[in-house]
Amino acid sequence: MSTPVLKVSDLTKRFGDFTAVNGVSFEIRPGEILGLLGPNGAGKTTTIQMLLGLVTPTAGSIHMFGLDLSTHREEILRQVNFSSTYISMPQSLTVEENLWVVARLYGVSDIARRVYDIVKKLEMEEFRCKITRKLSSGQMTRLTLAKAFLTDPRILFLDEPTASLDPDIADKIRSLLKEERRSSGLSILYTSHNMREMEEMSDRIIFLQRGRIVAEGTAQEIIDRFGKADLEEVFLKFAREQRQSSP
Amino acid sequence: MKLHRITALIVRHLYLYRRSLPRIMEIFYWPFLDLVIWGFITLYLARYQSQVPGFVTFFLGALILWDMLFRAQQGITISFLEELWARNLMNLFASPLKPSEFLTATMAMSVMKVTIVSIVMAGCALLFYSYNILIVGVWLMPFVLNLVITGWIIGVFTTSLIMRFGQEAEVLAWSMVFLFQPISCVFYPMEVLPTWLQMIAMANPAAHIFEGMRAVLGTGAPPIGNLAWAICLNGALLVGVVAWFYRTVAYCKDHGLLVRVGE
Repeated sequence: MSTPVLKVSDLTKRFGDFTAVNGVSFEIRPGEILGLLGPNGAGKTTTIQMLLGLVTPTAGSIHMFGLDLSTHREEILRQVNFSSTYISMPQSLTVEENLWVVARLYGVSDIARRVYDIVKKLEMEEFRCKITRKLSSGQMTRLTLAKAFLTDPRILFLDEPTASLDPDIADKIRSLLKEERRSSGLSILYTSHNMREMEEMSDRIIFLQRGRIVAEGTAQEIIDRFGKADLEEVFLKFAREQRQSSP
Repeated sequence: MKLHRITALIVRHLYLYRRSLPRIMEIFYWPFLDLVIWGFITLYLARYQSQVPGFVTFFLGALILWDMLFRAQQGITISFLEELWARNLMNLFASPLKPSEFLTATMAMSVMKVTIVSIVMAGCALLFYSYNILIVGVWLMPFVLNLVITGWIIGVFTTSLIMRFGQEAEVLAWSMVFLFQPISCVFYPMEVLPTWLQMIAMANPAAHIFEGMRAVLGTGAPPIGNLAWAICLNGALLVGVVAWFYRTVAYCKDHGLLVRVGE
């Protein structure tokens, strides 16, 4: 069995009395797509923020490529990237200018060629010179994805990457992700509220509820374990349980 | 005109003030500062009228140097605000970028701004008032360098506050530096200040620079003592404020504020 590229052990984050993430442990292997599922407030975003070094864990450890994130931040983050529907990029810069800035930030070599390749791959040619402020939400999502791919990461954190894309582009993005995984062994941590997409994309799925892992396995294993028809029904079960037990 | 729509907007703004100390402070801040600055200038002119040689030489020189400090501070704070407004902080802090690299980049931006503004201001002063800033002589460069560092200190301090308290503290980007103006003794000598305020001004590197400038222009005396004070204070304060910036970043990461600061 190959060594995990990401190993999370007993990860906990408390904000005062509120525990956002509670003793979470999981691994991602090279070329694996791990789906992180859970209702709003389950701890998905906080987990990803800790993995990106944006939030300091209260307890537990994060290792990527065998290195501890708390002591090897720069080394690790150079090989990691993320994309989220909820982030933005400098609005007054053009799409290409933004990509150049990101490429320099991560020390990408042969920037012109890399930017050209990624713009082509994500079919962004027609708006590559457009000011970011003028992009549609779908184009903006493609820009944040381009930013994530540009640096040739070994691990990608994707928070609802296809949320604002039309079905055609969303399908292309999913194909691209699978292709990248196949060709470069890219590992992906994936969140989405589109359960069909999660079933299609994820090799394994982790369900979070109130900051804890409540289910783990392939989509089919989880569906069978809870005796539901599909992943959406499992999701609804956890979401309703969480809402009912909320103070 | 409908009153309910007008009151809706008034209420919308009042909601902001209800929870925002920086906004409330700002209402009183500028009138208070104007009063303090112009009060001390008036006092200075009234007390030393016969001994003040060439107002233009003093005031224009002081104004140009003060603006260099102001732009140096803005170079740091506005660069940070640009990232905050663009909701780009998450992209930056989730990248391999180190806080030291972030600070160095903003400081470089600040030097560029100061250089451009200085050239324009000095050119305008020469063109409109036949005032040549170079009359300060060889001391001009050490004065400017020290004022830029003081500007950085205030800039990093303000940036840390905005990072810690979020967008509502944004007004500090423009107002904080003026809190230092009365105790920087830009337009009047330190001795005009009440004794207790002189003690505070002594800890401000900019006050020593402006004292030095007046000494050079007034008597031609080399401002060695003033420069030594300014350099020592700048060195100590810069180390302190950078350490505080690092602490603030750590605090924000611990409390999840870094990802929320732009919201």
